[in-house]
Amino acid sequence: MKKYFTPEIETASREYLRAVQSARLIKMVHNCYNNVPFYKRKFDEIGLLPGDIKSIDDITKLPFTIKQDLRDNYPFGMFAVPRDELVRVHASSGTTGKQTVVGYTKGDIERWAESTARALTAMGVTKDDYIHISYGYGLFTGGLGIHYGAEKAGATAIPVSSGNTKRQIQLLRDFGSNVLCCTPSYAMFIGESIKEAGIDPKELPLRIGIFGAEAWSENMRQEIQKSLDIKAYDIYGLSEIAGPGVAFECEEQNGMHISEDYFYPEIIDPETLEPLPDGVYGELVFTCIGKEALPLVRYRTHDISAITHEECSCGRTLVKMLRPKGRSDDMLIIRGVNVFPSQVEHVILQLGMEPNYQIVVDRVNNLDIMKVLIEMSDTMFSDSVRKLEEIEKTISTAMQQTLGVHAVIKLVEPHSLPRSEGKAIRVIDNRVI
Amino acid sequence: MAIKQISVFVENKPGRLAEITELLAKNNIDIRALSIADTTDFGILRLIVNDPESTVQILKNDGMTVSATEVLGVAIPDVPGGFAKAIRTITDKGISLEYAYAFITPKSGSAYVIIRVENNELATEALNDAGIKIIEQGDIF
Repeated sequence: MKKYFTPEIETASREYLRAVQSARLIKMVHNCYNNVPFYKRKFDEIGLLPGDIKSIDDITKLPFTIKQDLRDNYPFGMFAVPRDELVRVHASSGTTGKQTVVGYTKGDIERWAESTARALTAMGVTKDDYIHISYGYGLFTGGLGIHYGAEKAGATAIPVSSGNTKRQIQLLRDFGSNVLCCTPSYAMFIGESIKEAGIDPKELPLRIGIFGAEAWSENMRQEIQKSLDIKAYDIYGLSEIAGPGVAFECEEQNGMHISEDYFYPEIIDPETLEPLPDGVYGELVFTCIGKEALPLVRYRTHDISAITHEECSCGRTLVKMLRPKGRSDDMLIIRGVNVFPSQVEHVILQLGMEPNYQIVVDRVNNLDIMKVLIEMSDTMFSDSVRKLEEIEKTISTAMQQTLGVHAVIKLVEPHSLPRSEGKAIRVIDNRVI
Repeated sequence: MAIKQISVFVENKPGRLAEITELLAKNNIDIRALSIADTTDFGILRLIVNDPESTVQILKNDGMTVSATEVLGVAIPDVPGGFAKAIRTITDKGISLEYAYAFITPKSGSAYVIIRVENNELATEALNDAGIKIIEQGDIF
């Protein structure tokens, strides 16, 4: 069995890795300066020339990139390659209906697939395995990301996509899949459904679970491992950087190795923006040193994590990131979908209603449930129950369209939502993970 | 000749109805009839009171969402088929009924029913033609 997919990188010496990173950063900075007007402007503003970047150590001289920059340059303004070199585009939901668009060249897709293949191999996937992929396929990077990685690793990708749990379970059983990929909360749900259907997980050939796109805990891991009789691994990614496969757990199940030859990580203090040392939690920042189409410089993920260069028993020298502890902004992840409170507000305002609302997130039967409480107003009120229910339905439909995730709408009495020192409390997250 | 009904948006939470009715009691509002339409999350409290204008003000001042609706009050003879006849009269005219609720009166011999229809004028005309008595605000206090 193959232990590493790219051993020359995954077990390389730090010196060798740094040399690779330095060479790629220098190339990338030239690509940004020459081909992305946004970066040329940013570099010029601080008087930085591509030639000033001589090694990976100079990375701190570079400016940061934020999600808003991608929105401001919607849809393709940040791309560094001409159209004929692009082979794929993905997108993730944006706050005001505008999506965050990302692009890939053929080489970008290859490198992303390679990172994901490294992940799968580190988790014990072999060419003989059937990979049941329940991540959504489409603009979301989850489905296709794992898919290409699975093929790259030589395994068999089964593109089931999300939804219809009954069918998922039937396929898992009939095909005899060895690997399950989905969000951890959905894995919990599948585990319960399997139990309800009277299926003994020990009878299934399922061996490995690859779960990501939302935060989960060690307790959840233990529960999933028990209910599905598998080993469950964490995988990390975000569409702006690539998708799933940016970082992954190995057999140690303790921290995720980052494919740092392609995605260079830093941890910064989100307030001062100064780099933080190993082991200290701060905001995770990535520089896409292995990407041609969308070479993002010091992209702020807003995920709070720490990195460590400590030796790993698996033999990989790739730096590890620790399980993200939360966010440095107000983004919520609901069933793997990114939701910003400002999106909810936008929908309410668009419907001509007062933005007196509160988002309440719970985890019921291991599934995230988002409730939006909206205060009743004189203009919305009607003596007819039917009309009020229609209003709820209209809001719910609009939310689904903008957020891409279902929201339960609840009309509440005016002035009933809590305000702290006059400031509305917009989000209550009751999830214990 | 309609009666003014007060509708209040009420969230389904323990004690809420008690609070609202206590507030009205404190302000000497006499409730003659009421009904609650409810869903799992919220309800609409509908009230017939002696002083609709003050009631709206009292509830609004307390921060509630309130509206006043014109409904019809019908005096139904207390015999089998009394209500059926009134409803038949309205529906035969093609007027749809949204809701109805009944209440007792100090006067013997007839029951009062509040009905909410889509067209008060047409319904009034039809009921008058059928000889069914329509009551006014003054009749019930």
